[in-house]
Amino acid sequence: MSEEKYVPKSKLAQWFDSRLPLLTLSHHLQEYPTPKNLNYWWTFGGILTFCLITQIVTGLVLAMHYVAHVDHAFQSIERIMRDVNYGWLIRYVHANGASMFFLAVYIHIFRSLFYGSYKAPRELIWIIGLLIYVLMMATAFMGYVLPWGQMSFWGATVITNLFSAIPFIGESITTWLWGGFSVDNPTLNRFYSLHYLLPFLTVGLVILHIWSLHIPGNNNPIGIDVKKNSNETMPFHPYMVMKDLTALLVFIIIFLWFVFFAPNVLGHPDNYIEANPLVTPAHIVPEWYLLPFYAILRAIPSKLGGVIFMFAAILILILLPWLDTSKVRSAVFRPIYKKFFWVLLFMVILLGYLGAKPPEGIYLILSRIATAYYFIHFLILLPLLGRYEKTDPLPQSISDPVLDKPGLLDKVKKAASKYEGENVGSFK
Amino acid sequence: MGKKNHTERRSFLFTATYTMGAIGVGAAIWPLVDQMNPDSSVKALSTTEVDISSLEFGKTITVLWRGKPIFIRRRTKEEIDEAAKVELKDLKDPQKDSERTQNPEWLVMVGVCTHLGCVPLGNTGEYKGWFCPCHGSHYDTSGRIRKGPAPKNLEIPKYEFVNNNTIKIG
Repeated sequence: MSEEKYVPKSKLAQWFDSRLPLLTLSHHLQEYPTPKNLNYWWTFGGILTFCLITQIVTGLVLAMHYVAHVDHAFQSIERIMRDVNYGWLIRYVHANGASMFFLAVYIHIFRSLFYGSYKAPRELIWIIGLLIYVLMMATAFMGYVLPWGQMSFWGATVITNLFSAIPFIGESITTWLWGGFSVDNPTLNRFYSLHYLLPFLTVGLVILHIWSLHIPGNNNPIGIDVKKNSNETMPFHPYMVMKDLTALLVFIIIFLWFVFFAPNVLGHPDNYIEANPLVTPAHIVPEWYLLPFYAILRAIPSKLGGVIFMFAAILILILLPWLDTSKVRSAVFRPIYKKFFWVLLFMVILLGYLGAKPPEGIYLILSRIATAYYFIHFLILLPLLGRYEKTDPLPQSISDPVLDKPGLLDKVKKAASKYEGENVGSFK
Repeated sequence: MGKKNHTERRSFLFTATYTMGAIGVGAAIWPLVDQMNPDSSVKALSTTEVDISSLEFGKTITVLWRGKPIFIRRRTKEEIDEAAKVELKDLKDPQKDSERTQNPEWLVMVGVCTHLGCVPLGNTGEYKGWFCPCHGSHYDTSGRIRKGPAPKNLEIPKYEFVNNNTIKIG
């Protein structure tokens, strides 16, 4: 960081900081320079941190009442809902919290796609972020199994069976994952153990994510490099903290609306039926946040092919910083990419819709088209655009797009000339 | 002893030490991995005897074996004929009906879709056999895959007729 060396004021603080520089860390976090043009799409990092903490705290409490055994799991959830003091509230916050977490992470990811935040020098932030996303999906999947309802059981059966598609060793892998010949008590126990572990691994990755962010600093809506510690940046505290908190409050209002007024709208009624290994529910679907991948799985008319394409849909994102060869980061200055960005967003939402529909007729055809577009977007369109797209001229500074409006600068200068302050010169 | 020899001996000792260490760590990890596999008590629960004396033609019973549903169907004459007349070249996983039964009247199969493990529904689907509601696989009256994403026919478990009224599965 280009900040000057921080030295605590008091002797005691200096003694402490020279042995363990926590105060320096705290100072860095407060003074961390952020571009002054960050918009509200940049507040989702803070919102996601809030989501992770909420899930860990409510999960910790739920674990005090939950029993991970096939004979007791379903009953223990009902006990939490009916008997445990505020159990209903804590469980509904945890269950809806998972959905809100994914909502926020999808906005966060698409923000990065729009503004090119994954590009050099921020590739590692992007890749660590994807690892967090994969961990989130694994954690959410295993958490959904714990109530041991019909959707829990059959969701677990379908997802673990994905691995049986691997040639030769697939069957052994599924048996190993199950600890038996089907999803059963050993499976429930190990999923509980891992569901408890993974969030803490996620915390570790989040620290790396933020650390790798603080080396180059934030991208910004204009996507050009910002001069640190100039008038183009502001300290994180209090400016960004206050902006993040404002957005967080709005987010919490939406979150609590679900918790209090529609706590089951994102779930499935079938999960209030206890797991039965003899009957598959007529219509099994994963939670909404996994639907696009589920649609890709079903779009391919082969078991192994479906599994390969589904995993490829995630893995391809790791290569994104190298597939998108355009030097311009922000879609604001990429007229063609901007259009394809919206097409991609539409296709992903369409895939999510199709994932919830039966795999037949028009739904199947549309899933195949959308799946094809998804891969074409990353593998063909992005490299071609990097080569042939004519981008708009980039401003010299992040202030320019605001100040370069015809006549605006003159107006500001005229207004400023009334005051003989020192800051007049710093407008340009 | 020259200096060069000395360095070589050192690097050899380092390599040997790290190699032994890696083998030791690998050996220590194996129990941690293998504990997740089914243990002997789980494997021991692997036979089930089923009384089939009351099963009528055209009816299926479902029993649980190793946590999986087993379909036992007493097939009608029409079903057997239909299964027998299918040409092998029309099949995704070619297998004669006669290879799938010990007695054509009794069809014993693992009731788990070979796609992703759902339980197919009986007496339905385009081939009048089984249909998996999860991802749309159709099986015929012999439990062979005919249409949809499943790669294989419904699995036939190891079983034997103990006497005229009893089947032992496993």
